[in-house]
Amino acid sequence: MASVAQAIRMALHYGETNLGVKDIFGQDVGAPLGGVFTATQGLKTAWNSPLDERGIIGMAMGIAMGGDKCVAEIQFADYIFNTIDLLKIAGNTLWCTNGQVQLPMVVMTPVGAGIFGSVYHSHSFDAWASRLPGWKIVMPSNPLDAYGLMLAAIKDPNPVLYLKSKALMRHKGDELIPGEPSDEKELKAMIDKPVQNAEGWKPRWPDLEEYIVPIGKGKITHEGEHITVVTYSRMVHLCDEVAHKLAGEGISVEVIDLRSIYPYDWQMIKSSIEKTGRVLFVNEDTEVTNFGEHLAYRATQELFYQLMARPRVLAGKNLPGIGLHPNLEKNSVPQLHDIETAIREVVAEVP
Amino acid sequence: MSKKTTVKAGSKSAAKKSVKASAKTAVKGSKKASAKADNFGGLSEDLLLRIHDLMVKSRVLEERLIKIYKAGEAYFWIGGPGEEAFGVPLGLLARKGQGPAYDWFHLHYRCTPTMVALGMNMVDSIRLIMNRATDPSTGGRNFANHYCFPQWNVAPVTSPIEVQYPLACGTAHVQKRFGKKALSIVTGGDAGTAEGDFASALILASRKGQELPVLITVQNNKFGISTPFEGQHGETHIADRAKAFNIRARVINGNDPVETYLAMQEEMEYIRKTGKPSFIEAHVSRLYGHSSADGANKKASMVDPVFTFENRLIDAGILTEKAAKKIWEIYEAEGVAAQEQARTEPVPTPESVWEHVYVDSENADWRKF
Ligand SMILES: Cc1ncc(C[n+]2csc(CCOP(=O)(O)OP(=O)(O)O)c2C)c(N)n1
Repeated sequence: MASVAQAIRMALHYGETNLGVKDIFGQDVGAPLGGVFTATQGLKTAWNSPLDERGIIGMAMGIAMGGDKCVAEIQFADYIFNTIDLLKIAGNTLWCTNGQVQLPMVVMTPVGAGIFGSVYHSHSFDAWASRLPGWKIVMPSNPLDAYGLMLAAIKDPNPVLYLKSKALMRHKGDELIPGEPSDEKELKAMIDKPVQNAEGWKPRWPDLEEYIVPIGKGKITHEGEHITVVTYSRMVHLCDEVAHKLAGEGISVEVIDLRSIYPYDWQMIKSSIEKTGRVLFVNEDTEVTNFGEHLAYRATQELFYQLMARPRVLAGKNLPGIGLHPNLEKNSVPQLHDIETAIREVVAEVP
Repeated sequence: MSKKTTVKAGSKSAAKKSVKASAKTAVKGSKKASAKADNFGGLSEDLLLRIHDLMVKSRVLEERLIKIYKAGEAYFWIGGPGEEAFGVPLGLLARKGQGPAYDWFHLHYRCTPTMVALGMNMVDSIRLIMNRATDPSTGGRNFANHYCFPQWNVAPVTSPIEVQYPLACGTAHVQKRFGKKALSIVTGGDAGTAEGDFASALILASRKGQELPVLITVQNNKFGISTPFEGQHGETHIADRAKAFNIRARVINGNDPVETYLAMQEEMEYIRKTGKPSFIEAHVSRLYGHSSADGANKKASMVDPVFTFENRLIDAGILTEKAAKKIWEIYEAEGVAAQEQARTEPVPTPESVWEHVYVDSENADWRKF
């Protein structure tokens, strides 16, 4: 099975071969490294930009305006903050020009904690991103979705932010990407740059097929009756694990992998809450002000009389940074036991 | 105005010398002497008259916009009176059209002269400042002079200063790949060069072996709202900063349309030929101050490029006072009529806020997901 990094690489290859992507660029995106997480190894249109995040986003906007498709990378989301007004402009260009100027571009960046990356390699960006109208924002949790959402992002005529979890980069899924060889080793031999003697190396790409995960459509990763847990990206796996554990005790948890932050799959959230009467929103961005809060607000507004318990948000603590020592990181972003405790509390609440 | 204009030797043509001579004679006002000395860099009389005509048109339009603002028919004014001698030649020289085979414009908010030279109608600028739904640039959504004309590759003007610079590198990158020798043009103010995006553009445009066909310009009017040039700049010429990146650079008198035309023509040819960037720092006037925020009143102390050029043409016998007067009158009437027309046109509807958040007005309202 492909890892998330391999899936992204294959999606980008598909993009440059079949969907008109002409530039994949950013810091260390081109040869020899092919991305600090290897997601851009061996791609024919990949090139290295100067160490200048604003230059990267500005350039991407210009390329999109000029009529070409590009995928730009910010090496870590922690460094995307100094481009925030450019992201704002990219998101408002269509609106400001009354529909005349489209910016079909993809910006991908690794987000979140889980790799003990300390203060500047653990930032989340989903809550910030949700405040960039005009952008679509996706956050895959597994390789197949990573592939399908990248293709959807490339095909979308709007700017799309593709937030990839650093901690999931080596994560392998249990579903094959269409065209991917079923033998992991074979895939590795085909598309991973050798660690040694990589001079002159060229990938042999599998015969990949188009596979789209529509932006705005979530997925139920664990069905349940007693509580709905709405999450995305890395937290999906933690929530699923807790759901498995609690199932043994007769607590039936429904986990929704939102996959897209904006637009988001309200219909899926709504029908699940209508079924369970209880909801917990889990993500690792800081709690003030959090995207889960928006969803909790909406749940309260629209489903108040169907709720058996107060909706809850479990998010990263409102801290200036995530400390390097595991004690610090683990006490900053939600862990398995935090999720479990929160689920138990919501389920135990009696109206 | 600019004594030592050339940072890196660009044109050493006779044209330049004669331009300088003409400036002196124009000041003296000696008709006979200037008529002989001023050969306008060899530009044809037709072209000179066309430049003058467009400069007047742009000035009249901008003054109309100020009147509209002062009459309370617009919320804000900012614009380019004082930049006509720079902006008109720029608009005339560019290869106008849509798509990568044509030049791209990444303009700032003082570029009405360039838009007029490209062929924008007065009424379209007036629709913009009066926030009409018919405003072709923004549909009534944005400030005065925030133009957007995709049919001429005019990128939307943005309010944040200087972000247009790296964008120009993006379109230039696409043009270079397309291979039709089109270039991207970017304009901006002197104070804005303090923003990092300015440096981003110098870097992106000049990487060895990956140079980009972009004409980087700065209109130096010596002010950033109220910060004077000396309050920000330690460098002698802003153009010197381009030199540090091995970008060919020059300083020009942007109040002289002939000097500007010739310099810009030369730089554009250089860019088309080499695929490399070039930099122009143009010294210009800011005749009505920063914007309506500081009153939009005319500053008598500054060089007025339109009248200076008009007098030069009259002195040289190329234009008569009577003909000049007529031009001003015709455009004044056009401006008044355009304002009257725009007044009758519809404004954006409240519901239209949700239009164009996403392409094809895909639902953007989360309440409807
Ligand atoms: C990023 C940013 N900061 C501040 C402003 C507010 N502002 C508008 S115009 C201006 C001065 C710009 O001066 P300069 O670049 O010299 O251009 P000029 O207006 O003189 O032509 C400022 C500070 C802005 N629009 N964008």
